[in-house]
Amino acid sequence: MARDRVMDFDKALELFEPVLGFEVHVELNTKTKMFSAAPNGFGDAPNTNISPVCLGLPGSLPVVNEQAVRYSISLGLALGCSIAPTSRFARKNYFYPDLAKNYQISQFDEPIAFEGQVDVELADGSVRTIPIERAHMEEDAGKLTHVGGATGRIQGAEYSLVDYNRAGVPLVEIVTKPIFGAEHDAPELAKAYVSTIRDIVIALGISDARMERGNLRCDANVSLRPRGQEKLGTRTETKNVNSLRSVERAVRYEIQRQAAILADGGTITQETRHWHEDTGTTSAGRPKSDADDYRYFPEPDLLPVVPSPELIEELRAALPEAPAIRRRRLKETWGFTDLEFQDVANGGLVAEVELTIAAGASPQAARKWWTGEISRLANVQGVEATSLVSPENVAALARLVEDGTLTDKLARQVLEGVVAGEGAPEEVVEKRGLAVVSDDGALIAAIDEALAAQPDVLAKIQDGKVQAAGAVIGAVMKAMRGQADAARVRELILERAAQP
Amino acid sequence: MSELIRKSASELSELLASGEVSAVEVTREHLDRIAAVDGDVNAFLHVSSDALDVASSIDERRSKGEALGPLAGIPLAVKDVLVTTDMPSTSGSRILEGYMSPFDATVVAKSRAAGLVPIGKTNMDEFAMGSSTEHSAYGPTHNPWDLDRIPGGSGGGSAAAVAAFEAPLALGSDTGGSIRQPAHVTGTVGVKPTYGGVSRYGAIALASSLDQVGPVTRTVLDAGLLHDVIGGHDPLDSTSLRDEWPSMAAAARDGASAGSFAGLRVGVVSQFTGEGFQAGVRRRYEEALSLLESNGAELVEVSAPHFEYAIAAYYLILPAEASSNLAKFDSVRFGMRVTPPGGGTVEQVMSATREAGFGPEVKRRIILGTYALSAGYYDAYYGSAQKVRTLIQRDFENAFESVDLLVSPSAPTTAFKLGEKLDDPLAMYLNDITTIPANLAGVPAMSVPIGLAPEDGLPVGIQFMAPVREDARLYRAGATLEALLLERWGHGLLAEAPELGGK
Amino acid sequence: MSEISEQQVAHLANLARIALTPEEISSLTSELDTIVDSIAKVQEVATPDVPATSHPVPLQNVFRDDVVGQTLTTEQALANAPESADGRFKVSAILGEEQ
Repeated sequence: MARDRVMDFDKALELFEPVLGFEVHVELNTKTKMFSAAPNGFGDAPNTNISPVCLGLPGSLPVVNEQAVRYSISLGLALGCSIAPTSRFARKNYFYPDLAKNYQISQFDEPIAFEGQVDVELADGSVRTIPIERAHMEEDAGKLTHVGGATGRIQGAEYSLVDYNRAGVPLVEIVTKPIFGAEHDAPELAKAYVSTIRDIVIALGISDARMERGNLRCDANVSLRPRGQEKLGTRTETKNVNSLRSVERAVRYEIQRQAAILADGGTITQETRHWHEDTGTTSAGRPKSDADDYRYFPEPDLLPVVPSPELIEELRAALPEAPAIRRRRLKETWGFTDLEFQDVANGGLVAEVELTIAAGASPQAARKWWTGEISRLANVQGVEATSLVSPENVAALARLVEDGTLTDKLARQVLEGVVAGEGAPEEVVEKRGLAVVSDDGALIAAIDEALAAQPDVLAKIQDGKVQAAGAVIGAVMKAMRGQADAARVRELILERAAQP
Repeated sequence: MSELIRKSASELSELLASGEVSAVEVTREHLDRIAAVDGDVNAFLHVSSDALDVASSIDERRSKGEALGPLAGIPLAVKDVLVTTDMPSTSGSRILEGYMSPFDATVVAKSRAAGLVPIGKTNMDEFAMGSSTEHSAYGPTHNPWDLDRIPGGSGGGSAAAVAAFEAPLALGSDTGGSIRQPAHVTGTVGVKPTYGGVSRYGAIALASSLDQVGPVTRTVLDAGLLHDVIGGHDPLDSTSLRDEWPSMAAAARDGASAGSFAGLRVGVVSQFTGEGFQAGVRRRYEEALSLLESNGAELVEVSAPHFEYAIAAYYLILPAEASSNLAKFDSVRFGMRVTPPGGGTVEQVMSATREAGFGPEVKRRIILGTYALSAGYYDAYYGSAQKVRTLIQRDFENAFESVDLLVSPSAPTTAFKLGEKLDDPLAMYLNDITTIPANLAGVPAMSVPIGLAPEDGLPVGIQFMAPVREDARLYRAGATLEALLLERWGHGLLAEAPELGGK
Repeated sequence: MSEISEQQVAHLANLARIALTPEEISSLTSELDTIVDSIAKVQEVATPDVPATSHPVPLQNVFRDDVVGQTLTTEQALANAPESADGRFKVSAILGEEQ
């Protein structure tokens, strides 16, 4: 595949104005699927969480999950949308092997929620309002695995295997209106928008929102228009963008790629593009064409959804606070400085820090772990920090440091073990034998040995030159292979040296 | 011919209850009958190998003193559109040949729970698309009245099975007349219940907003007994009504003993008289109307001006919904798979499978439905058809303000010859002119035999239509009419049918 | 009136994933033309003031509780599959070589 040419970002912005749009799919964490009583689970053996409805077996019929409707209404309200007095399901008809019925039950001209807006905060503290066109309910498709060929990708595969466990998982698709005026902030705004949606659904408790698992998926629409031109340019829709970092990178890349084509006098093809995390590029997918005639019509197997005003008010009253207000409150509660909080927010880690604190960690410990070592590891591995470790495990790690079982240094090793899949922190401590040696006897033996080996140092200490103890601490820590609390070692050295 | 197979289900019910006959005897007699005549009739696509075992378990339960429902131990023919766990379910299509469902249709499960003995799966037009059963992938069913003629469709197999005494009861499905028109041409009783009155779960969908499962029998009371078994709310079908239904069998008994239609206002649909109706059909229909009137019914001429648009609306809505419902037959999860020579992409495999697996009528309707829904045509076709649906509902509402029931001939002609309309889809479609409005409006309707057309000696039926949820009215009036005709003829209409088999 | 072309029927067949033969396309074209002419009469009465009806008996808010029910085993799920492997349904390659 020939690599596309790209234009320098600043240069691209000089010549063109980017217009953005997003379609974010949120998988709801209901117990069962959207239209059947099969479990909504992740990671189970293929084709186990399925019913006749999920497979589209002859004679099967869908029935709507009430909880999914309630969640969708809550999400609509949290996005500032109006809730439709009557909304309907519709069939979107297209053939694809992961789509059991070869139509997707979705909503078309009567979505459950429409016309809203979401405030998004950028790193510099400025707030942008993203206009929401609609949020509608639909069902997820199954999962294809492409076998044969070099890459495991669809290109060059010999055959594909289909697992319908995910088929029918409830989704809400949130569609923005065109977003103007993002300018240089376009990539950051993209990331901040998805991050905000993520915060909202986590606060609502309606989705696990783990992008690496596909709980939250973003399709980013990007078009450019020459400065001073009214008419919108042709847009591309980049799919498979499954981390916050990628959202930012993909939008930046598309701006640069499209700018290079347009500046050369070329034209943009309206098409789906696939984001490649490894190369940081997008490649052309299917062109939009008349093959996209989805032949929507009202789903005859399902009835209209007519939420009562009472239900809407009940759900509205139960809404968590808006993200911007929430952030302000959290910053205060946690006692973070502006810088500290921005660090957390910009890393898209507010929800993680909150959950970690809820699991028992102190705010400072939670912050340090997420913005420090975990983010560093994520960077090295090129993945999302949130995908590495659960808030519960981070809290457990902080607890082990606090109660003296681990030093910071040891804790970092334990974290590596947790990330490597060796289990919860306690298990890693056990398996790797990493706990701090708190047995004074062992420490004293090592100290005595070290002091005996360095009589001059002992003399200095006994002369009152306490700082000389440093040399002994080093030797003891080395002997203990780092698994000792240096402060305690120092205390003991002074004690031993003072003894006749 | 064995006397047992000529008995109605309600008669068999008494014999079984009193212990005069066993379910095994009744079942065996019917299996023997199938073996003797179905080679000529071809009503069955599959005959159950478990039926005698099931019957025997019913006998055992009865001998232990267990209280069983009225239809326990009685054989039931099941239209192949309904999925069954113990027999293949093909919906008359090659694409589903040998398909075994992991679950029973709700109506089948309810029938089993009531002790009925599923005896086999009946032939039908492929995916219920047709009015003659000639569109079955497994060969046509023949009308027991004249083996050269069609048994109606799509449920020709169920109607022929009942008319040929191969089963006393059958299940059918009615999307535009597939229960009533076969009843009309075979001299049997067929009921399309109120939409939502009987579960559609497990009925392989043709047009979801029109399909309804219902009974196919030889008497109105039998239809009522079966309706009572299969009706009622099903949480697996979102369109299923939660109503508490009165007993249809009780309504039929009331009607049979009433002996008159006193107080009943009957609307005669003016659009369904005269032109386009075979003379013998008209004659028997007019006689039936006189019988109604002379027995106390008040006849009122009723105009339903939008009924003339019903066929057009139907042949947009049905293909549109069907084109989507039939998309699942793609060779991935079940059914036939055809791989083009030298392999191919999944898209090519799907296309080759659907080309080979679907018959011409199915393809015609899928293409028509795809057209009706496609971008730029939706409003003109599908959207307009949905509006016509509203207008037809209003016609019914207006009519039912002044009458209790509407009547029409059940179909414009008696059974036509096999092959006669096969090359003229439009002529075939016109055969559903009288039955379609009820499906579009969701109202219940019934066809009851009213005699033979003088010119060809073939059965004719009258159709009763009632307001939504008023299925019981059909049973009451149908049973009254049936009783009066029985009194006049001295026997049921099927007694006049020619002997079958014996070869 | 010949509104429906063979090209259009071929396109519809592609949308519907049916590999029609040229003969079928040609005969369907003329049949559909006749049928469409006759069903187009719905437009005569479908005026803007008439609402559409998609369900014959109006109901609303038909829901199911979010409670796990019966599922199929993998064996049941795959029992009717033309081809399967590793507990999954097997299909031929999605993209052709030229793609």
